[in-house]
Amino acid sequence: MIGILFKIIRYATLVFFLVFTGLCYADYDYIDINSPSMRKIPLAVPLFKSLSSNRTELRVSEDASAILIETLDFTGYFDILNRKAFLSDPQKDGITTQSINFQNWTVIGSELLITGGMLVKGDTVQMELRLFDTFKGSLVVGKRYNGGIIHQKQMIRRFCTEVIYHLTGNKGYFNSKIAFVSTSSKTKEIYICDFDGYGSKRFTYANSISFFPAWSSDGNWMAYTSYKNGKPDIYIQHITEDTVYHINEKGMNIAPAWAPNTDALAATLSFSGDQEIYLLTGKGKIIKKLTDNRGIDISPTWSPDGKKMAFVSDREGSPQIFIKDFRTSQINRLTFQGNYNTQPSWSPKGDKIAYTGRDGQLNICVIGVDGKDLIQLTHGSGNNESPTWSPDGSLIAFSSTREGPSRIYVMTAYGTDQRRLLVLPGEQTNPKWSPEVSN
Amino acid sequence: MRKHDLKMLALLLVVPALVFTASCAGQFAYDPSVKTSLSEEEARLVAEGGEAMFVNEDIFFDFDSSALSQEAKHTLLRKDYWMKNNTGASVTIEGHCDERGTNEYNLALGERRAVVAKNYLVNLGINKSKIDTISYGEERPVDSGHDEAAWGKNRRAHFVIK
Repeated sequence: MIGILFKIIRYATLVFFLVFTGLCYADYDYIDINSPSMRKIPLAVPLFKSLSSNRTELRVSEDASAILIETLDFTGYFDILNRKAFLSDPQKDGITTQSINFQNWTVIGSELLITGGMLVKGDTVQMELRLFDTFKGSLVVGKRYNGGIIHQKQMIRRFCTEVIYHLTGNKGYFNSKIAFVSTSSKTKEIYICDFDGYGSKRFTYANSISFFPAWSSDGNWMAYTSYKNGKPDIYIQHITEDTVYHINEKGMNIAPAWAPNTDALAATLSFSGDQEIYLLTGKGKIIKKLTDNRGIDISPTWSPDGKKMAFVSDREGSPQIFIKDFRTSQINRLTFQGNYNTQPSWSPKGDKIAYTGRDGQLNICVIGVDGKDLIQLTHGSGNNESPTWSPDGSLIAFSSTREGPSRIYVMTAYGTDQRRLLVLPGEQTNPKWSPEVSN
Repeated sequence: MRKHDLKMLALLLVVPALVFTASCAGQFAYDPSVKTSLSEEEARLVAEGGEAMFVNEDIFFDFDSSALSQEAKHTLLRKDYWMKNNTGASVTIEGHCDERGTNEYNLALGERRAVVAKNYLVNLGINKSKIDTISYGEERPVDSGHDEAAWGKNRRAHFVIK
């Protein structure tokens, strides 16, 4: 469904082009997403200007500016200024560089300004969106989008991706999805929602236990574990088409993780009588064994360059996280604090690993791949499990029982701004963030 | 006298064999304090208990452990006795965990619990083709409580007759 929607947007409806030439790609000195003590930038977003002032246009204008604010606010990068303080009326004033009095914006403390112009014709809308640096009095990025009103959210998100790209040098995550497990329909099934928790849709209809979703690097495939044929097996299912591959070796076949930018995945198989991690093709054929050790070897996660793999093993007595370097075949233990460290998730930048540590309760921790700089990100708020990074590495989604039933939450990579992502009936667990796939 | 000698001889043969297979499996060190057969009295109880007793008696584990306790080993002797007297029966051993760990690891741990129980029975002489294993991790607790009483019941290997 989601894919079809994107295709419609991609091929038919949405025509977008760069309108303003000569715009220089900003120095990425506005927002440093790697700084734990990041200052929020004051941003003004006046109501988008209705260019022909028909009634639908006014409504679309309101919706579109609200979606833009909500989308950008999700990042935690901005302090969105209250419109009551604004000194200019967007319906009367202009929305282009020449027609904006930037002093009106700097005087109220705004450092960035986003203006929009909406022109509705029938059921389509043309949007002009611009981001300004109010102190420099200059345009940072401007875009024009054309499309059906029903696709306004996609258009707004595209512009927000541009905004984030120009401010951080990173493409962000506004096109990403989050897969998770929910018991909304009684049994554990896999669902998919947008990065911000909206638009959740059920993905599996196995009516048994399905969990541990894993996205392929191109975002087109989901590998997961399900009991739909009576025992825990891996299924590799296309996101939009009906193709499914089934890994049904004897014993259990669980917890897959795709190798980056390759049609291959790692998963734990126990057909040999012992649980080992294997490398398999995207169609589920065994390529080779990646671990060789009696006992539990589970939960692989790849370094972004595919040269290393972190995983959980009880080879030294308690469950701990180890890193295998494929060039040297060396395996080194990463975690030493506590006696129960599981669910590793390698950061997109490659420098950190998030995991779940147990000290009475389960909590999310982050550790450098060199074993230094261990930080616990959740404290005294129920059990917190299954960390997964946003594609730009700025956020971590996880599940938590802080409000009773398990639900999905997000926080910054430093543990700040913890908030619930969505509310659905039943319990939600095992979030897995998709790559940022442009569409 | 002669009977006793025979018994000793049998033990002399059986014990090293057990130790050998156990060390191969890497799981069961020979422990002289663990009985290797049931008393007549207990054997009669198991026979009378029938299928119901067989499926209702779980074996239990410590947190994050798939090691068999003395009690678990003794319960497995009862399973062994029943299976040897019901050779037509095929069995699935389900491995389960309490809710406190993480899902993936519990799934792996549950399988180890089931496999350890299976291997113990195979070492006692049960045909391995008669026993299947499956792990449910923490997905199917018998007690949905959140205290040690519930967790202790949930860390189990459960027997199902196919």
